[in-house]
Amino acid sequence: MSEDTFLSDEFLQQITAAGEADILAGVPTLNNARTIERTVRAIQVGLVKYFPRQRAAIVISDGGSRDGTLNLVKSIAPPDFRTMLAAPPLRTMHTLATPHRAIWGRGGAFRTIFAAADLLRVKACTVISPDLESMTPEWIEGLIRPIYRENVDFVAPIYLRHKFDGLLLKQILSPLIAAAYGYEIQEPYGGELAFSGRLAAQYMNEDVFSKEFMRQGAEVWMTTTAMAGGFRLGQSFLGPKIHAPKSGGLDLAGTIQQVVGALFNCLETHQQFWMSRNQVEAVPVFGFENDMELPAVRVDRKRMFQMFQTGVQELASVHDLILSPDTLQRIREIAKLSDREFCLPDDLWVKTVYEFAASFHHSVINRDHILQALTPLYRGRISSFLHENHEAGITDLGEKLKALRLQYQQSKSYLIERWSASA
Amino acid sequence: MGDFIIKNLTDTLGNFSAMVMEFLPRLLAMTIIIVVGGVVAWIVKAILRRILLFLRFNSLFESAGITQMMPKTALPSPSDLLARLVFWVVWVSFMLFGVSALGVLALQEEISRFFLLIPQIFVALVILFVGLLIANFAARATLLAAVNANSSSPRLLSGVVRFIIVILVVTMALERIGLGHGVVLVAFAIFFGALMLGLALAFGLGGRDVARRILEKRFAEDNKEEEDGMSHL
Repeated sequence: MSEDTFLSDEFLQQITAAGEADILAGVPTLNNARTIERTVRAIQVGLVKYFPRQRAAIVISDGGSRDGTLNLVKSIAPPDFRTMLAAPPLRTMHTLATPHRAIWGRGGAFRTIFAAADLLRVKACTVISPDLESMTPEWIEGLIRPIYRENVDFVAPIYLRHKFDGLLLKQILSPLIAAAYGYEIQEPYGGELAFSGRLAAQYMNEDVFSKEFMRQGAEVWMTTTAMAGGFRLGQSFLGPKIHAPKSGGLDLAGTIQQVVGALFNCLETHQQFWMSRNQVEAVPVFGFENDMELPAVRVDRKRMFQMFQTGVQELASVHDLILSPDTLQRIREIAKLSDREFCLPDDLWVKTVYEFAASFHHSVINRDHILQALTPLYRGRISSFLHENHEAGITDLGEKLKALRLQYQQSKSYLIERWSASA
Repeated sequence: MGDFIIKNLTDTLGNFSAMVMEFLPRLLAMTIIIVVGGVVAWIVKAILRRILLFLRFNSLFESAGITQMMPKTALPSPSDLLARLVFWVVWVSFMLFGVSALGVLALQEEISRFFLLIPQIFVALVILFVGLLIANFAARATLLAAVNANSSSPRLLSGVVRFIIVILVVTMALERIGLGHGVVLVAFAIFFGALMLGLALAFGLGGRDVARRILEKRFAEDNKEEEDGMSHL
């Protein structure tokens, strides 16, 4: 489908009125009336403060908000820059807003942003979550500068996190992507990222936007597509990330289904690339990495362990179809251990994830069921990880995660073997 | 008197011989038809299986996990199943043609009735097949959802879902081939209603305390989940 058929006439008129731009900031919204004004203002200030000579546009791509987000965006007046900046803005900033096909989820929002970037012929484009409480104008500089000044094509964020925050990223997404694609990126599912106009055009050419995994996993696809396409990658330190509380979000099983499912789909899409890639490269980090005390994360580890035990026991018939007999036997043995003795080691965890990925690829059962069956095992892994590291410092924890990444890399041949085997 | 008996016996024997002489070719014809039918059915099955494999018939069901699931439920692959079904339809048809070659009037009426029933049986089998797949799928989905929600007795929930769907499907299949008609439907409605009423009474009267404990635990767990300040992404 060409750009002009899925973009509304009104939005095309807005783009025509804006003409061309150097920088575009896209915000995919859905019922964010409470936070959108603050987010848009932070973007406006960031663009004017750090890129005063560049033509900039903000694109709000809305997925069918019912709380008046879109109307609110249209009524946001530019802030009084004189109270914030030493010099007034040199360029007019355009704010464009349009609904997108809600049926496509975030994938539809991203498609609209890519199309706008292409039509406005921008050099750099950033995407910002609409529900952040911790976003500052400095994030715009952190994300855009590597694209604009350092010729990087894709910038992933690095957030300041509590040591037990983002464990799905640390235990599956990041090390699996590093092992498979050969690039070490800390946050492959960052809601805030940036990319070049060249990469936006590449994204537009991909025929994936109507696929189910793009509804929630567009960021994973963008990250891995940039890797597989040989684009220059970078990471930018942004600071702590705090989302506004929001009801109706996905539970853990739903999150795993969407995000890990997106990664497994990407592995299928890019299998020619990652199966032949052997090296692992560090991705340069831009920005100043500060450190600060973050509030402790409260987790009921024992409950997680109990849910792991229940899952292993109750889902025996399902795991039997997904895992190899050896892996299943080891999991069943450790599930019998007491809470204090319990340990799900790195090698077993990596083998488990790889076998799930291969079973997903071969569709041994319904793919959503495969991903749902991973949830209790992930809970077990988290319970084990928390138990082993509850007193570990940042350095020790860094070493543990490095060892896990290494385990993923060393076992890559096992993934390829399982992946290539006939179902 | 003796001549009369001998004559009668001779006539009877003659008639019997004539009947046997008339019947034997028919029996032979029936046997040939059945044997040839078996060979034809086997050839049709082999050709159909190759065509289905060439057309990648199984891959039509792969994305839904049906192709992979069927061996696990002791069922052959979709292409194999269809080929076997066609084999039996062809062979049974030949068998019935063979039987009709015997020329027994009563049998011929039954056979023509059976042929009229074949489409209904086929539809009933399809309903049963699809229904069993749906029952398996729904039971597994329920099991996974219940385990991930930390519900008590996930297997029981899953089993109940499977049982209800299977009963419904069997009822529909029997209804399709005209067995029992309203009786099956009424029996199912009575059974289902009784089951629900029984559960409601058991849960409401006999298990008030259990129900209270489950609900309390449920809400307590909901609160507990919210207390976990962990973000996995």
